Amino acid sequence: MATENPLSPEARSILGARISRRGVLAGAGGLGAAGLLAACGGSGGDSASSDNTVRWGNWPLYLDFDAKTKTYPTLEKFSKETGIDAQYFEDYNDNDEFFGKVQAQLKLGEDIGYDVVTPTDWMAARWIRLGYSQKFDLANIPNAGNILDSLKSPSYDPNRESTLTWQGIMSGFGWNVEKNPKGIHTLDQLFAPQNKGKIVVLTEMRDTIGVILMAQGVDITKVTEDQFMNAVDFMAGKISDGWIRGVKGNEYAEDLTSGDATAVIGWSGDMFILSSENEGKFDFAIPDSGGTISGDNLMIPSTASASGKANGEKLINYYYDPAVAAEVAAYVNYVCPVKGAQAEMEKIAPELATSEYIFPSDKTASRLQVFRSLTPDEETKWAEAFQKAQGN
Amino acid sequence: MSITLPKVRVPYLLLFPGFAFLFTFFILPIVNLAQTSTQTPIAGGDTGQYEQTLAFSNYVNAFLDNREQFARSFIYATLATLFALAIAYPLAYAIAFKSGKFKNILLVLVVAPFFTSFLLRTIAWKQILGEEGFVVPTLRSLHLMGQQTTITSTSVAVVAGMTYNFLPFMTLPLYASLERIDPRTIEASGDLYANGLTTFRRVTVPLSLPGVVAGTLLTFIPAAGDYVNASILGSPNTKMIGNVIESRYFKIVDYPTAAALSFTLMAAILILVTLYIRKAGTEELV
Repeated sequence: MATENPLSPEARSILGARISRRGVLAGAGGLGAAGLLAACGGSGGDSASSDNTVRWGNWPLYLDFDAKTKTYPTLEKFSKETGIDAQYFEDYNDNDEFFGKVQAQLKLGEDIGYDVVTPTDWMAARWIRLGYSQKFDLANIPNAGNILDSLKSPSYDPNRESTLTWQGIMSGFGWNVEKNPKGIHTLDQLFAPQNKGKIVVLTEMRDTIGVILMAQGVDITKVTEDQFMNAVDFMAGKISDGWIRGVKGNEYAEDLTSGDATAVIGWSGDMFILSSENEGKFDFAIPDSGGTISGDNLMIPSTASASGKANGEKLINYYYDPAVAAEVAAYVNYVCPVKGAQAEMEKIAPELATSEYIFPSDKTASRLQVFRSLTPDEETKWAEAFQKAQGN
Repeated sequence: MSITLPKVRVPYLLLFPGFAFLFTFFILPIVNLAQTSTQTPIAGGDTGQYEQTLAFSNYVNAFLDNREQFARSFIYATLATLFALAIAYPLAYAIAFKSGKFKNILLVLVVAPFFTSFLLRTIAWKQILGEEGFVVPTLRSLHLMGQQTTITSTSVAVVAGMTYNFLPFMTLPLYASLERIDPRTIEASGDLYANGLTTFRRVTVPLSLPGVVAGTLLTFIPAAGDYVNASILGSPNTKMIGNVIESRYFKIVDYPTAAALSFTLMAAILILVTLYIRKAGTEELV
């Protein structure tokens, strides 16, 4: 990377998208308010399910939103086209928290208040294991075939019978360009002297350990317990030797801006926003040894009624239409899981169509892996080891 | 109408809302927590599924596994309490005896931080003590701090954050008991030829002791269970028992260990506080 132009092509394509993102951020305030209103209007559980509705619980800031009209344009269009009343709830804030909230009802088979939910891969795996999800009637989802090849057969749902990716999230190395003019592409470059004590890694076990494992040459789709524990020990060592300053969630972005961190294992989307807000002071790259990709998944809970399920399937099918997916991606800027959306993006926001963060090229996609799903025993044991390494 | 009620019942009726509240929000959760604390995973069950097996060994394991964090919690809480006392005593003294017409304004200023959220204030400290805040660059340019030395992510930052966050809890009871001291006792001390220091040592301090005890308890107890300061201002090497409980509950989904740790923490605090009150010999707390 030349010094006069320190940004990687990936980041440059992202910077080109700055204007779109600004519009997004401007809408954030209004969105929060809308979410609040939605919550008041009967936070999921209270709203009645009728034959003509579909109730969707999703993460905040995860669907295109028009700040002026306070509506979700693609969702409005869906309702108009199908006559189905789509109720949208932004109350999926945390996988564990949401699971804790609805688990008892799922167990008893009582309506949880949603016909479509959006858990992250590993949590989706848990729902499937426990029988808390319903298999799709794929006749209702002809667009399901549009899913990217790389996402086609995760270990928890090899034939994508119960889940379809909503958006994908890449993790890799993020860094402060001034402190790391040559960039960070390997684990050795991450643990370079200038970053000592200023490295922050993610609390998301599968991302942090996944990146370390891949750097150690391990296939994370088949990782064994010994390999995992070995990588955790590696991280624990870097913590006790004072290399890693903290293990954090989204707050690592603050650490980068405050200068407390100069290098991170982080998420592409965050790095994209940081970079555009700080005149390219930060950059992101998928490690040479590969990065992880995880996804949030559209899924129909076991408690959805037959009509709720059918309407949910129509909704999922609608969002797997490339044109609609492109509209959503232009807003949320995460990895778009739908084939053909890139061509559609050319029409609405050509500068985003070349973004490796939204539409990773085959070359990029081949460097991303999904962490294998864990058995319940492993889930507890591995999480415990990962937490212990962080001093918990 | 209360007139028709037998007199005896009235106090119980008045107590009812308080009892109902305590029962719902204290007794029930405690019982539930106690039940959870002795459960073990169901064989072949999924994450977060536990059954009651009266496994009291949970307590032993939970404690032995986390001795370090327990010790750290009590050391940090003690330090924060001592620092808060050292800062709050002169402050409360000045407000009670020397502030004149500014007394009310000063009291408002002590409470003012409560108008903002605890979390926001702690995050603000992270900015202040951060690499690009004004403290670190200033100390570095004065060569009082090495280029590689940092403040955030150290135990110094965690203890400082706790001291700051709990300072009003120390200041207010101290102020209340200093304010109540009859000025005539101080005058009498002077009349008996005690100098300022002796008067302070023999009259003011003993009379303010209820405030000291109340203030230290109000600081120490929440500080020992605090996890916000350690998670925002600290590093993996400064984790406290509160952080462990949080991670056990939400990340590992190990409810029994989290519950056992909570009970152990409660018991430890209760024992320490009882010993302390006995030692301080104060029957009347403020």
